[in-house]
Amino acid sequence: MIQTLKTDGGVKMGEMLKVKNLHVSVEGRKVLEDINFSMDYGEIAVLFGPNGAGKTTFIMTLMGFPKYKIEKGKIIFKGVDVTHMDVSERAKLGMGISFQRPPVVRGVSLKKLLNIVGNGIKEEEILQYAEKLNLISHLDRDVNDGFSGGEVKRAELLQLLMQKPELVFIDEPESGVDLENIVLIGEITNQLLGRGQRIKDPKKSAIIITHTGYILDYINADKGYILLNGKLQCRGNPRDILSEIKKNGYRRCFTCQ
Amino acid sequence: MPVSKKYIKQIQDRAKKALNKTALYGEDIDLNQFQKHIERGKIESLELLPELAKEAALMAGVDVEEKERSGSYVQMDHSVVYKRLSKLYEGKVELMSTNEAVEVYDWLEDYFWRIVQPDTDKYTAQVALNPTHGYFIRILPGQKLDYPLQTCLMIAEGYISQNVHNIVIVEEGAELHIITGCTLSKADAVGIHLGISEFYVKKGGKLFFTMIHNWAENFYVRPRTSVMVEEDGVYVNNYALLKPVKSIQSFPTVYLKGDRASARFNTVIYGLKDSYIDLGSKIIFEGKDTKGESLARTIADHKSVIYSRGDLIAKTQNYCMGRLDCRGIIFSNDASIYAIPQLISHGADRADLSHEASIGPISEEQVEYLMSRGMTKDEATSLITSGFLNLDIPFLPEIIDKHIKEVVQITSKESL
Repeated sequence: MIQTLKTDGGVKMGEMLKVKNLHVSVEGRKVLEDINFSMDYGEIAVLFGPNGAGKTTFIMTLMGFPKYKIEKGKIIFKGVDVTHMDVSERAKLGMGISFQRPPVVRGVSLKKLLNIVGNGIKEEEILQYAEKLNLISHLDRDVNDGFSGGEVKRAELLQLLMQKPELVFIDEPESGVDLENIVLIGEITNQLLGRGQRIKDPKKSAIIITHTGYILDYINADKGYILLNGKLQCRGNPRDILSEIKKNGYRRCFTCQ
Repeated sequence: MPVSKKYIKQIQDRAKKALNKTALYGEDIDLNQFQKHIERGKIESLELLPELAKEAALMAGVDVEEKERSGSYVQMDHSVVYKRLSKLYEGKVELMSTNEAVEVYDWLEDYFWRIVQPDTDKYTAQVALNPTHGYFIRILPGQKLDYPLQTCLMIAEGYISQNVHNIVIVEEGAELHIITGCTLSKADAVGIHLGISEFYVKKGGKLFFTMIHNWAENFYVRPRTSVMVEEDGVYVNNYALLKPVKSIQSFPTVYLKGDRASARFNTVIYGLKDSYIDLGSKIIFEGKDTKGESLARTIADHKSVIYSRGDLIAKTQNYCMGRLDCRGIIFSNDASIYAIPQLISHGADRADLSHEASIGPISEEQVEYLMSRGMTKDEATSLITSGFLNLDIPFLPEIIDKHIKEVVQITSKESL
């Protein structure tokens, strides 16, 4: 069932993230308007929407990148008001992000970065994950330097596996990735989110942006949202939303407003 | 047999005429202020260097335990205080003071003041007329050592002019690594280091030369270096300056004389305080299919002024390939960088020369990317800065690597 969103009140028990009345502009241009959003601990949300709707802006704002200016509203993460915290403080509090097009960091090897991010992590663990993600030969290369689309995605996941965030933002995990790699990325993302083989693994939360929805074949998402023209339009079962979009595009969403 | 008196006289006569000749670049220095002559006694081991001297040596990349060195040559002020060559390499490589070599090898005439001219300027003239050692290293044909040779040219006293003349000969098919630390153990000393270096890489030979400079605020430095590379020879020059200096000016030249000869410069410069730094590299392509690359990374902080020069000069009618890559970051509103790449072709219609020069800030995108992984802004900036300076210089002693990190950490924090 797809329902139209209504504004909620304060932070409820079990709520990991709460976004209240959020207005965001980028370089003077209004992009997000009056966003109200919440998710529970262990929940996986999927964000749909046409190009330019503001999906990337939404997760970049949640992560705290200064280019995304909060004009109004609040972001509460784990009960802490993070609205005015910088990226680093939010990361330390448990947020993490997989970039769609991360920058190259010259002179810094992927291995070195993993060691820093993993903060005392064992060499074996790095190698184990790197092997799983077919990135052993990339460990000595500069971060993202000459990496293909798929390699970039896998390297992002590898860094997040070291960082171990509780809430992960993943921007289009399937873009620029061939089919074989999607399986691998799906598998590892599950592991990152504590949905691996062990039931006792603590469940992490995620907001995943997807265009194609391929990733839904591998990840058991709880909720789906549609973002249109900077506004959060509907919430519902992610698979229902995807099939609706596949059938009718976003046309019906506009009429639903 | 010593080098002929006649030749020495010719050199001296030329030098005398250039005693007041100002150099092309850099401020003119009055050499009359550096009149002291200081001789030092020999030591039995590098561990026995006085504490300050030991520290200065370490900062210039000297391994005082000599564990991973095939041999050492250390000069303090105007004396050779230590010289050791591992027994394993006796008969494979020669290591002595150039003053000594001039006394024993008449054939040195073919290498002595041949590619650096004594009348280039007042500094070359001073060394030609008042030489105070410098090292002579010659590796015999086809030989290769397990570890680098290290040399250290140290100054421990004020108002002296250290006038060294270094000659390195890599015979056919031989391979040699040299780490040279030029260093000052008396931080407030006013003085000058003049260094003439003439390096010869013969057919198929390889020379990897790493130089670390460790100076201070009142010190002048004027090295004059030329390298001749014969066919299939390889010359790699690594250079790091991470400490303040009053002024340094040097523009080493490599002649790629033989076919398929190649050269590469890796230069890392961190300008601090009031340092005036004018450094460059010049590669002259004479043989066919020669290849040369010059990479420089410069950071200017405080009130430093850095000139980063690079010349690629093609003179061959055959194919040759040269690339310059010179990048700078300014950390202070009072600092300056002049990046001056030059490509010159003298009728070299098949030469392929290119350059890339840039001066720009640290990328905010990169800083934020690393911050999203949990690093603070300081930590992210330091990591990017040390990455910027990281040219993957082989055999760069660990201490220097550590030192780069420290400098980066301190200064990048100040610049935020």
